[in-house]
Amino acid sequence: MSLTGPRTATTLDAVAEAGRKAALIGYLPVGFPTVPGSIEAMVELVRSGVDIVEVGLPYSDPGMDGPVIQRAAEQALDGGVRTKDVFSAVAAIAEAGGTAVVMSYWNLVLQYGVDAFARDLDAAGGGGIITPDLIPDEAAGWLNAAEAYDLDRIFLAAPSSTPERIARIVESSRGFVYAASTMGVTGVRSEVDNHARDLVSRLKEAGAPRACVGLGVSNREQAAEVAEYADGVIVGSALVRALESDGVPGVAALAAELAEGCA
Amino acid sequence: MTDVSQENGPYFGAFGGRFIPEALIPALDEIEETWRKSQVDPEFTDELLTLQRDYIGRPSLLTEAKRFAKHCGGARVFLKREDLNHTGSHKINNALAQALLAKRMGKTRLIAETGAGQHGVATATAAALLDMECEVYMGEEDTQRQALNVARMRLLGSKVNAVTNGTRTLKDAMNEAMRDWVANVDATHYVIGTVAGPHPFPAMVRSFQNVIGVEARQQVIDAAGRLPDAVCACVGGGSNAMGIFAAFLADTDVRIFGFEAGGEGIDSGRHAARFSGGRPGVLHGSATYILQDADGQTRGSHSVSAGLDYPSVGPEHSHLHDTERVTYEPVVDAEAMEAMQLLSRTEGIIPAIESAHALAGAMRVGRELGPEAVLLVNLSGRGDKDMTTAAKWFDYFDEGAVQV
Repeated sequence: MSLTGPRTATTLDAVAEAGRKAALIGYLPVGFPTVPGSIEAMVELVRSGVDIVEVGLPYSDPGMDGPVIQRAAEQALDGGVRTKDVFSAVAAIAEAGGTAVVMSYWNLVLQYGVDAFARDLDAAGGGGIITPDLIPDEAAGWLNAAEAYDLDRIFLAAPSSTPERIARIVESSRGFVYAASTMGVTGVRSEVDNHARDLVSRLKEAGAPRACVGLGVSNREQAAEVAEYADGVIVGSALVRALESDGVPGVAALAAELAEGCA
Repeated sequence: MTDVSQENGPYFGAFGGRFIPEALIPALDEIEETWRKSQVDPEFTDELLTLQRDYIGRPSLLTEAKRFAKHCGGARVFLKREDLNHTGSHKINNALAQALLAKRMGKTRLIAETGAGQHGVATATAAALLDMECEVYMGEEDTQRQALNVARMRLLGSKVNAVTNGTRTLKDAMNEAMRDWVANVDATHYVIGTVAGPHPFPAMVRSFQNVIGVEARQQVIDAAGRLPDAVCACVGGGSNAMGIFAAFLADTDVRIFGFEAGGEGIDSGRHAARFSGGRPGVLHGSATYILQDADGQTRGSHSVSAGLDYPSVGPEHSHLHDTERVTYEPVVDAEAMEAMQLLSRTEGIIPAIESAHALAGAMRVGRELGPEAVLLVNLSGRGDKDMTTAAKWFDYFDEGAVQV
């Protein structure tokens, strides 16, 4: 079966049209705690009100990730997770009616073959790729493949990004721009940086149709705060931690709470 | 052939670049701009020259190794004595220069990754000299096998963090240093210790190590009356190698050899030979040869030498490999340890185990080229830090003896 899954713009725009403040975007790594266990949790995210599932591909050297996601990635790799498993997860999410994007460090996509990865992602019903260590300047091959398979290319913007770089990121992205709320790695934070609001408005001024905020959101209050100004609220480490400590029911409960914050 | 010695990044052929989170791009741009301006600013170049002379002890000596040469097919062998630098290796050339740059950028804190501890010690030393805060990341396995260097860094006033995730070696120390940097980039400069990482680090670090080859080229001409037939260096990340190679790249009659850690042999899978056992990919900010599995997950490396125990290599080396300007060969643990002992016993010079890989390689090259040949070997560091490893390898400790 080959289906074309929803792209993120469609999903984000539907959320806005429905009158909700922001979409909820939830991250979980495939293979944690096991491949079937991770897919079950991702499908549960869809059922619990997550609009876009970010399927993480575990990597041996996750330089952008804090301890929670590092630990999950190590466990997934020890359990034998492979790159191809990401497509099974994407297909399951699409089948459950969700929108799926992949988040991957670049070497894994490069080794799979950029074009082959785009082809298989599209075939599985995925919407695009978030590339934390690929900047537009280095992305010529990916931009071509994304064009060929009509996939979203979601680049990151940071509080430190200059106006010139913001312009380049906005111009190169499709779907949404991932606004890193803070200077740092993934992880739960007691408060989400004020930089996020400023960054989102800079992205919008530069012409970004949609900007979603990630890094640090872990509860309903923070989600509600970010939902005031962002098109989507991205939650990662808190969901991984919930899965680690309370299993799939824990993930469902947190996702539902976060979804209320975005409503 | 293009003049590879003129390449200043961001790309070296198909390699190099910036595969790094967006958050760090402005910092990299600032480093590049400060570096380029400093290269033509007499205030900076004079200060660095003065420190090289009065603090590091440059120029380093060139020593002819006549007794060791008998084991190198009778060729004349010249050792570039980076082991005699203050702090005991070539690492200080780069650490001190980057610390000066960091000061210019108004940074107050240095961080560094280290494998064998030589770069950590060099950075800790520069921080002490220039009154800066310093924090060093070191894989837990390396803090154990290089405990003496951990003590040196702490004595110098630096904080040393043992990194317990991943393979607990150099690559994980680098990941952790990157995480620190992205969170603290306003006041912190990350002193990458080798010609790896995102642009401009490979080109910049090469420029700070280039002094090795510039000095050595003239010293060999003075001593032997001509250019060497071959230049040999060990290659971990590859900064001592680029430092001595760069000055000879345009001398097309000079053969250049880089020796990687062959560990327990390529077939064993336990090695750090990226060119013999790896393939191109992306790691730690640049496109280069890396040790990886079919999916692109980084494979653990192995070497008796902590400083060569790294699954990636500087991108310019990958370019020099693919263009065949430099020949890269593995040297296994046992060959390196034998060369370490041999140089100690023939010349009274105890090399670092890293540098012993270059010596073992030179023995091969000398035997191939014969007695008319002139070899230049970069003796990148001294072996004091390696006494525990050597004593265990050669069984030098008396039974039951405990150092008190």
